Amino acid sequence: MRLEFDGYSVHSACTIGTLSRMTETIRPRHSLFVRVTHWLTVLSFLSLLVTGVEIIISHPRFYWGETGNVNTRPLFTIPIPSSRSSVPTGYGYVLPDQNGWSRYLHFQSAWIVAGTGLLYVAFGFFGGHFRRNLLPARSDLSPKRLGISIAHHLRFERPSSEEAWSYNVLQRLTYLVVIFLCFPLIIWTGLAMSPAFESLVPATVLGGHQSARTIHFFMTGFLVVFLLLHVLMVVLAGFRNRMRAMISGRVTEPQERV
Amino acid sequence: MNKLSRRQIITTGLAATAAASGLAVAGKLAGRYGLIPPDSGGIYGPGETLTYVAQRVLTRHTLAREFSQSQISNDPFANSVDPLGEEFQRFQSGAFVDWRLAVDGMIARPAFFSVAELKSFPARTQITMIGCEEGWTYIAEWTGVPLSHILELVGTLPQARYVVYRSIQPEAWDSIDMAEALHPQTLVSYGMNGVDLPVPFGGPLRMRIPRQLGYKNVKYITRLTITDNLKQFGKGLGSGELGAEDGYAWYAGI
Repeated sequence: MRLEFDGYSVHSACTIGTLSRMTETIRPRHSLFVRVTHWLTVLSFLSLLVTGVEIIISHPRFYWGETGNVNTRPLFTIPIPSSRSSVPTGYGYVLPDQNGWSRYLHFQSAWIVAGTGLLYVAFGFFGGHFRRNLLPARSDLSPKRLGISIAHHLRFERPSSEEAWSYNVLQRLTYLVVIFLCFPLIIWTGLAMSPAFESLVPATVLGGHQSARTIHFFMTGFLVVFLLLHVLMVVLAGFRNRMRAMISGRVTEPQERV
Repeated sequence: MNKLSRRQIITTGLAATAAASGLAVAGKLAGRYGLIPPDSGGIYGPGETLTYVAQRVLTRHTLAREFSQSQISNDPFANSVDPLGEEFQRFQSGAFVDWRLAVDGMIARPAFFSVAELKSFPARTQITMIGCEEGWTYIAEWTGVPLSHILELVGTLPQARYVVYRSIQPEAWDSIDMAEALHPQTLVSYGMNGVDLPVPFGGPLRMRIPRQLGYKNVKYITRLTITDNLKQFGKGLGSGELGAEDGYAWYAGI
């Protein structure tokens, strides 16, 4: 049996489970850099999510354009109680104000996720991670092959054992969209709400200050859906094994074959 | 395996050392240029300092967007304020003729200005957005004296680094650095949308700092103190019970 990944190849005589464990120590499934940046992103994303929700609670109304406040007709309202008595919510009580620490932690986490993201993108380009692991093969992009992959996913089929070592085409496309579209857009719309940054790069191009806030909210929703699907896929593929691959880098073949 | 992990340990060690020394150098430089915010202690200090330094480096001189007449909000929201006391009501019943803005601290000529005197100074009118940290915004036209004009008039000393401003409400005080104080759009504002600044919006005098959030734009201003050190005010965090002492960031450019 011959395994090939990341330009390294490992020859092993094994055809059954016992010996294949030898291969697990040769090279990690995910490089140390990918593992560290992955978990830093997980931590900061969860912290951004919790603090973001706290901030929304102080004004759970959304608008389009430049301006919007309690005197303006909203685009939509989230039907939750608020931490401000000035916001009409229909609830008879006001939640405690959590914005002070939420804002501090939101921006601190934003720094961590943005710094991690920059390092990751630099590493991805220069280290070959994007080319090797994320860029889909041209042959995989044919409608037929894409159709097959979509059908596999829709049937919730367990991935084949080779997918323990490389991403499938839908996975690659999704990761590219998240990395190069969602994260840049959510960072930009976040910065567009900063009055100082906004004096450098006006929010006009995004449709205005309130539009930027609304887009920021929808991008959050999109990323939460991505997170849920991502975790669902990990569970379907074998939670223990995939988690081990992202924590220690090791993959055990036999479990994939069960 | 051993070789690889040794290399990884060395690389990680080097990266960590580089990051730590980079942070230390950045911290030293930030301190040297006065770019450490007063609320930089505690677990959120690093993020807060990074934001402050980054925005000071990138936006020291940038101008807040100014809008057209047609973009002025028909529905500005004044937000709620703590009840205004008897003293304020006495000033209000006298049409704020007796209202004074005291200016003291590191200046050559301490002064008191009436609203009428402030109105006689060169004025600036600008249509800008005010945004609350909660997320809501409105656009209005504000008229006032650029704070830089007042600072020049009273002979601000070169070692001054901050302007502390106080409201008739003792809990509402705050401060800005000199970069913000000398910025052409930073006003001591007395007019809004062509009329005297209405009381719910902070009349007779309100700080207007369009490049920072609403809570820095303190209403009912009575006193400016120019200083080189914020430690001596309140708990030393640069703003009062409605700002840093309530857990809100001192620098509110974001």
